[in-house]
Amino acid sequence: MAKGSRLAEILRNYEADLLEDWLREQRASGTLRPELLSETELRAQSREFLNAMQQAAQGGNLTDITTPEWKNTRDLLARISSIRASLGFSPAETATFVMSLKQPLFTRLGKEMDGQNLEGLLGEIWTVTTLLDKLGLYTTEVFIESREQIIARQHEDLIELSTPVIQVWKGILAVPLVGTLDSARTQVVMENLLQEIVNTASDIAIIDITGVPTVDTLVAQHLLKTVAAARLMGADCIISGVRPQIAQTIVQLGAEFTGIRTKATLAGALALALRDLGLTIQ
Amino acid sequence: MDRIPILRMGDLLLVTIQFELHDRLVMAMQDDLMRLIAETGARGVLIDISALDLVDSFTARVIANTAEMARMMDAETVLVGMQPAVAITLVELGLSFHGVYTALNAEKGVQLLKKIRGPLTGESSDDTAGE
Repeated sequence: MAKGSRLAEILRNYEADLLEDWLREQRASGTLRPELLSETELRAQSREFLNAMQQAAQGGNLTDITTPEWKNTRDLLARISSIRASLGFSPAETATFVMSLKQPLFTRLGKEMDGQNLEGLLGEIWTVTTLLDKLGLYTTEVFIESREQIIARQHEDLIELSTPVIQVWKGILAVPLVGTLDSARTQVVMENLLQEIVNTASDIAIIDITGVPTVDTLVAQHLLKTVAAARLMGADCIISGVRPQIAQTIVQLGAEFTGIRTKATLAGALALALRDLGLTIQ
Repeated sequence: MDRIPILRMGDLLLVTIQFELHDRLVMAMQDDLMRLIAETGARGVLIDISALDLVDSFTARVIANTAEMARMMDAETVLVGMQPAVAITLVELGLSFHGVYTALNAEKGVQLLKKIRGPLTGESSDDTAGE
């Protein structure tokens, strides 16, 4: 690949010059955020990147950055991206860090290829611009990936935090549901509730939906399933916290709640459960 | 041949299913149970499935059928001891035991039968039988 060797050569011969040009470019671009990243650190990052890129470019492959010879560069970018993300840089600013290398490289290419045909220069520029775009986008990808991991972990935490099963009386359990019910959460609620029914030998479970913002057909279905599963184990369910809107929605949706006892308030459900067990409060 | 043990406790019969059912076992179990209901005049049947970690649609249907048979002979069936995982699976499969009472364990099953059928273990007390 004749084109490829050209870039590698420039990177190798003019590393110091390119670094200075690039740093100047970055300073001018306005995405530097000196309050977050010091000049020395920026210089170190830039030098490391140029270095890694030069080594990778020796391989001659300038079109596919997923190959092994680009591994070092990718790892470095991933590290830079995560450092910058934790410092508070936006993904655009991190991508600009990589893409601002274009200008100095183009200038250098132009000088180097003086006297050669325009077509060759355009070809080189195209190769470099595609390559840097890919590397820039890679930093964004890494950024999003790390964010997604955080979101997934928080989602799991949320599921665990938001599904407590409380024993309110001997033989009576309560599950206060807060937030939107999806399949995954219903599954966890169901498992916790059934296990707790076994552990406490409870006869009645109160499912309180005061904290559930909306009830659609899917949520209704999930509730019905939970009630059915509890019944199979020999425990009865009372659904409490049915707000006026929710009552209207359930009926309008045509969800079959017949045979399930519902109450407007948790207090009402508790009173009903106590009566069922033949208990009175004095 | 294996048989499913059926114990008599006063007015009740206790059927303990300990392993996966198959056709001949089911036939034998239903035969035995109906014969015992007829012989003893049992008014309640407890089917204990606490030892089963797995209940498929076949087993579910067998249990529902058995309960129906028992009811025709005037004995009410309570299914006891279902594991949480089993309950979840059955609900996900869309299977339900229509007309079968359920209870958490054998003790609660007996209580439930007392509530449904009035005092049990009475010798000749058709007069106290409640609905």
